[in-house]
Amino acid sequence: MESLIGLLVAAPLLGALVLLTGGRRLDRAGHWLGTALAATSFVLAVVLFFDLLGRADGDRTLHQHLFSWVPVAGFQADIAFQLDQLSMTFVLLITGVGSLIHLYSVGYMEHDPRRRRFFGYLNLFLAAMLLLVLADNYLLLYAGWEGVGLASYLLIGFWQDRPRAATAAKKAFIVNRVGDIGLSIAIMLMFTTFGTFAFGPVLSSAAETGEGTLTAIGLMLLLAACGKSAQVPLQSWLGDAMEGPTPVSALIHAATMVTAGVYLVVRSGAIFNAAPDAQTVVIVVGAVTLVFGAIVGCAKDDIKKALAGSTMSQIGYMMLAAGLGPIGYAFAIMHLVTHGFFKAGLFLGAGSVMHGMNDEVDMRKYGGLRKYMPVTFITFGLAYLAIIGFPYLSGFFSKDEIIYAGFAKGGTQGWILGSVMLLGAALTAYYMTRIMLLTFFGEKRWQPDAHGHEPHPHESPATMTIPMIVLAIGSVGAGFAFNLNESFAHWLEPVTGLAHGDSPVGHGTVSLAATAVMVIGVGAAYLQYGRRPAPVVAPAGSFVTRAARRDLLQDDFNHAAFVTPGTYLTRGLVYVDHKLVDGVVNGLAAAFGGLSGRLRRVQNGYARSYAVSMFGGAAVLIAVTLLMRAV
Amino acid sequence: MSPDNYLYLAALLFTLGACGVLLRRNAIVVFMCIELMLNAANLALVAFSRMHGNLDGQILAFFVMVVAAAEVVVGLAIIVMLYRSRHSASVDDASLMKL
Repeated sequence: MESLIGLLVAAPLLGALVLLTGGRRLDRAGHWLGTALAATSFVLAVVLFFDLLGRADGDRTLHQHLFSWVPVAGFQADIAFQLDQLSMTFVLLITGVGSLIHLYSVGYMEHDPRRRRFFGYLNLFLAAMLLLVLADNYLLLYAGWEGVGLASYLLIGFWQDRPRAATAAKKAFIVNRVGDIGLSIAIMLMFTTFGTFAFGPVLSSAAETGEGTLTAIGLMLLLAACGKSAQVPLQSWLGDAMEGPTPVSALIHAATMVTAGVYLVVRSGAIFNAAPDAQTVVIVVGAVTLVFGAIVGCAKDDIKKALAGSTMSQIGYMMLAAGLGPIGYAFAIMHLVTHGFFKAGLFLGAGSVMHGMNDEVDMRKYGGLRKYMPVTFITFGLAYLAIIGFPYLSGFFSKDEIIYAGFAKGGTQGWILGSVMLLGAALTAYYMTRIMLLTFFGEKRWQPDAHGHEPHPHESPATMTIPMIVLAIGSVGAGFAFNLNESFAHWLEPVTGLAHGDSPVGHGTVSLAATAVMVIGVGAAYLQYGRRPAPVVAPAGSFVTRAARRDLLQDDFNHAAFVTPGTYLTRGLVYVDHKLVDGVVNGLAAAFGGLSGRLRRVQNGYARSYAVSMFGGAAVLIAVTLLMRAV
Repeated sequence: MSPDNYLYLAALLFTLGACGVLLRRNAIVVFMCIELMLNAANLALVAFSRMHGNLDGQILAFFVMVVAAAEVVVGLAIIVMLYRSRHSASVDDASLMKL
């Protein structure tokens, strides 16, 4: 069974190689090849999953050692995989949602002349993401980490002829680079501290290491996680990343890649458990992001950007839960999986709407679409109910567990965290209801575009609706299945540990409160957008709304704090380089040039003058010799 | 007669030769002056040989003669070719090798 692990990564990697090097002759069937290889990975993952289920609880970790990459004394870099309950969960999510989105893309990208290349990139992403979660050491994880970053860059900028997409791709890549530096520093720190970067030795010896070192490693890991998972302060790239094709937004920027940061924190749980300060920072980052993203999501009129704000906010929940330690790890992952279902479903629904509306993304120009797109409406609606935490749908279980874990942190902290998360839940209900009402309810608000083409909203083809239906089923049922006898938490317990903490409020009270704030959020959105027709042109709005439309001034802040000083710094350095460094070098060269120009006059071509210098030189030599002898 | 006088004569001849090389333009004359310098050196070598009472200087003088003969062969050939191509044997006319 171990030998299958490598194949999980190899199948999509093969697809990427074939599709990206195969040329135009693959244009006709390339997308099906990519989809088939993604599905192959999924089948392998299911086989491995049942193999793991068949084993005893403590025996569910498989290793596969492919080869030693850099075997130097004291530095062992291996290409080796580790499949345990945590990676298995991710592998199923990645390959499952990945295969569905491959299928969806067959329909969505039907009219794109570069569809084959798109599938090559998607397969490349799958391979890198699987490498990330299957690696058995931090160095190989880093390779996958960079791989998904590359795939994300290529896919955000897939329509590279659009300047906005090209810029967004660069922005995502550069902001991620800041986080990646954190990961590389963390790996270096691990190597100097533990002498290795394999998960096993590092995590098992973390408890006996100095807290200062662990805090440093933890903070660097958190920096990496912030970059990849779009957490404050490295969140600014996610909204712009929505320039990519919608299946990419669903797969990479909602369901899988952006959750890699949560994976990193949970995987490194042993380090964070022994470094409470780092944990506190993780919690703060998560709490700030969950409110930040929710506020941004409330103000955006672009349906994908509103969903991106929501993604940020939901990952904030996961990050917060991961910062809570063993009382939260399992639930962070559980929310991650359910979020993978409903957020992917929401994005695919949004893509389906855009597909029918001539790629219009402004929700104020939708309206009343439920009549035209019934399947999209129902699947989107189920995912919507799941994300706002409608009782007994998946978001209800996973989010309530996180809120409960927040209260269980205990003391004043617990109350603060719980309240912040309840506020986030209310905002979630508000912005999701707003999206729902603006898109599917009310009167139709679309108008002919500049060329006089009026959109004719229609239901999408089956390749697109089938994935949406499957994801909707997952959104509805996953939470209930996971919560049955706490099966999900117990499944992960050997890897992440599980503790219950002691909450000042009971489970039931938390669920009740979460449901109450959800109703408040939905009600507020209904009062604002449901009772009267929404204006087609966005009203000016309050100060907060205007700020939220500009992503709460994140770009202005980055510009003022980093871009402008950086520009001045480089300008100054260029000036110094030109005037000082180049000046010295050029001056030296000019001096020697002038000197040689004078010296070459000696060479006048007259044999007799050369003879004079010869005689003179000989005379000088003899004189010196005689003088030396005399002295 | 003291051997010193031979050395004075050698020095005189050498100086004459050097002046000729520096001052005369005709390549043949310059060439002859070089020969004069070589023979001045030979004279000094033989004189030293006599003074030290061994044959080292004389042997060296023979070497110089052989080398001078070879030099004459090459040098005269060059001068003849030079004269044929430019109808002049002046060393100052052959001043093309300069920057």
